[in-house]
Amino acid sequence: MTEIFGIPIQALMGQLMLGLVNGSFYAMLSLGLAVIFGMLNIINFAHGAMYMAGAFFAWMGLTYWGIGYWWSLILVPLTVGVVGVIIERTMLQWLYQLDHLYGLLLTFGLALMIEGAFRYFYGSSGLPYSIPEELTGAINLGFMFLPKYRAWVVVVSLVVCLATWFVIEKTKLGAYLRAATENPRLTQAFGINVPLMVMLTYGFGVALAGLGGVLAAPAYAVSPLMGSNLIIVVFAVVVIGGMGSIMGSILTGLSLGVIEGLTKVFYAEASNTVVFVVMVIVLMIRPAGLFGKEK
Amino acid sequence: MKNINKNPLALAVCAAFGLAGSLVTASAQAQVSDNVVRIGVLTDMSGAYSDLAGTGSVVATQLAIDDFKAKNKVSWAIEVVSADHQNKGDISSNKAREWFDRDKVDVVTDLVTTSTALAVMKVAKEKNKIALISGAASTRITNEDCNDVTVHWTYDTYAVANGTAKAVVKQGGKTWFFLTADYAFGQSLEKDATDVVNANGGKVLGAVRHPFPGSDFSSFLLKAQSSGAQVIGLANAGTDTTNSIKQAAEFGVTPKQSLAGLLMFITDIHSLGLATTQTMYLTEAFYWDRNEETRAWSKRFFDKQRKMPTMVQAGLYSATLHYLNAVKAANSDDTQKVMAAMKKAPVNDFFAKNGTIREDGRMVHDMYLMQVKKPDESKYPWDYYNVRQTIPAAEAFQSLAASKCSLVKK
Repeated sequence: MTEIFGIPIQALMGQLMLGLVNGSFYAMLSLGLAVIFGMLNIINFAHGAMYMAGAFFAWMGLTYWGIGYWWSLILVPLTVGVVGVIIERTMLQWLYQLDHLYGLLLTFGLALMIEGAFRYFYGSSGLPYSIPEELTGAINLGFMFLPKYRAWVVVVSLVVCLATWFVIEKTKLGAYLRAATENPRLTQAFGINVPLMVMLTYGFGVALAGLGGVLAAPAYAVSPLMGSNLIIVVFAVVVIGGMGSIMGSILTGLSLGVIEGLTKVFYAEASNTVVFVVMVIVLMIRPAGLFGKEK
Repeated sequence: MKNINKNPLALAVCAAFGLAGSLVTASAQAQVSDNVVRIGVLTDMSGAYSDLAGTGSVVATQLAIDDFKAKNKVSWAIEVVSADHQNKGDISSNKAREWFDRDKVDVVTDLVTTSTALAVMKVAKEKNKIALISGAASTRITNEDCNDVTVHWTYDTYAVANGTAKAVVKQGGKTWFFLTADYAFGQSLEKDATDVVNANGGKVLGAVRHPFPGSDFSSFLLKAQSSGAQVIGLANAGTDTTNSIKQAAEFGVTPKQSLAGLLMFITDIHSLGLATTQTMYLTEAFYWDRNEETRAWSKRFFDKQRKMPTMVQAGLYSATLHYLNAVKAANSDDTQKVMAAMKKAPVNDFFAKNGTIREDGRMVHDMYLMQVKKPDESKYPWDYYNVRQTIPAAEAFQSLAASKCSLVKK
């Protein structure tokens, strides 16, 4: 068997593939965060809680009302988006002019409350959610056994990420959005409803987290802690990619997943620190992040 | 607190008051200090282990107090306080200090992770108070780190590894690979299981240590898969174990290789479902459906908590009741007197029959090897286990001869 640095190439390829799968989750979540930060200047700490809520809504849909996985993929992000819109209208909209810290504290508090509520009602052990029948089984890639479901996650997240990037960077709607961020007053003077756009942007950002939650439900246990386990890494991804940079967070998400995967091959104990080591190095060399622009 | 720290004079005044206060109480009563026995349940209220301990531990403690009061008329009152130790050593030792120093707590119980248990044991020794550990697992508690004010009640890594690993090796699972949570508990579990595997003619091919807590175990499972071992030993607990099992099925690791959950609780089986866990072996100190007595108590517990009790919660009931009986027997809440009374009397309740507390602080009792039922064998809710073997107390735990505890006279 061929080996690289004493590691069989099969194992290495397998870990790279898994890194890509995890990276897809990072990419989708950090994308939502980046969109929200870019447009609203809010550091959305409730993102992990929204991701968790997405997974729980999928579970509730199936358990209480018999709504299957495929419908959940559409309905849950919508529901989470509506929750986001309500939060934006009732709480966040008063904070845009204030320091970042206020938004951070508010969303952090919200995250704790949402998590606490789910933990109270559903416990911490997690609930089972099975993989939809169409996606059970695995593909034999020669070097590894890739579950179809994981491959599906990569595909969906890539499609969603690229579509988001396209809409924001290449369409007229995206141009309005970017203009509204750059100079809200002037944009409003042109007759564009800026508060509406901001509201929808927040709704869309958290809907992405909700979608991430639905995708995660069959892969991990649906548990109230799933969001907080992930959110810190995702924040690190956004910081590395550059706050507010759309393409930056997609690429950084994927590549950090891969780096993490490689760490698991060579020194597994460091796998949950490696992201932060990268963050420190990047911040020392490029304080605005890899793809960010200094303001 | 900040203000007090800033002003050393204020601190001195407080200390003086505290001293005077304790003198007054010491002379006012002869037996139970301030006429109240206070039990502090320090547990995981919010983290990965809050289902297997958490509020259920408080319920179990309350049941023990109710049962004690129903049988005994005593002049002193019993109070319970509880707090979340967040599975962190520093938080738990701070809380224990606060309880011992300020709130006059006599005994701290539960302590769900090894890190919190080791931290609180030290504080208890320093303050000459008692620690009754039900949740934590490491054998360090009764070996290197043992002391004379601690009792390790329910189980330990040796007992669960011994039961499960022995059974699996006997079934033909000769080669092993460990998936280990990278902290004191996981390492201790891996070490104890390795010893058992080697002693029974098996072979350990390797181990991978994952960060705690984790959510994605696929990479580690892939490593375990490429090792070619027949059995993958899961030296982790809680959501780490449930996620490992779920993902092992997804990546086609099982059923080609089999999994051995070295520390699993009934709440984990409940969370994963029988379809995923069927025919797995596990070792527990308690199963609610084992006999009439366990069923009767568990039903009372279920009525309050809406979940069946885990061994941690059942063990905590047993420990609390035994402690209260010892206070009554000693007619004092003095730590040394109560510890002597606890060690003198055998433990007899639904949880343990003729259990004894050894000088290293280990409460020894029977353990049970369970096999998870197939979905079609399960007839009613929480009907999950077949009890395959009762492991007698003498074999279930590490022998005193092998102990590294300094209190053991050799």
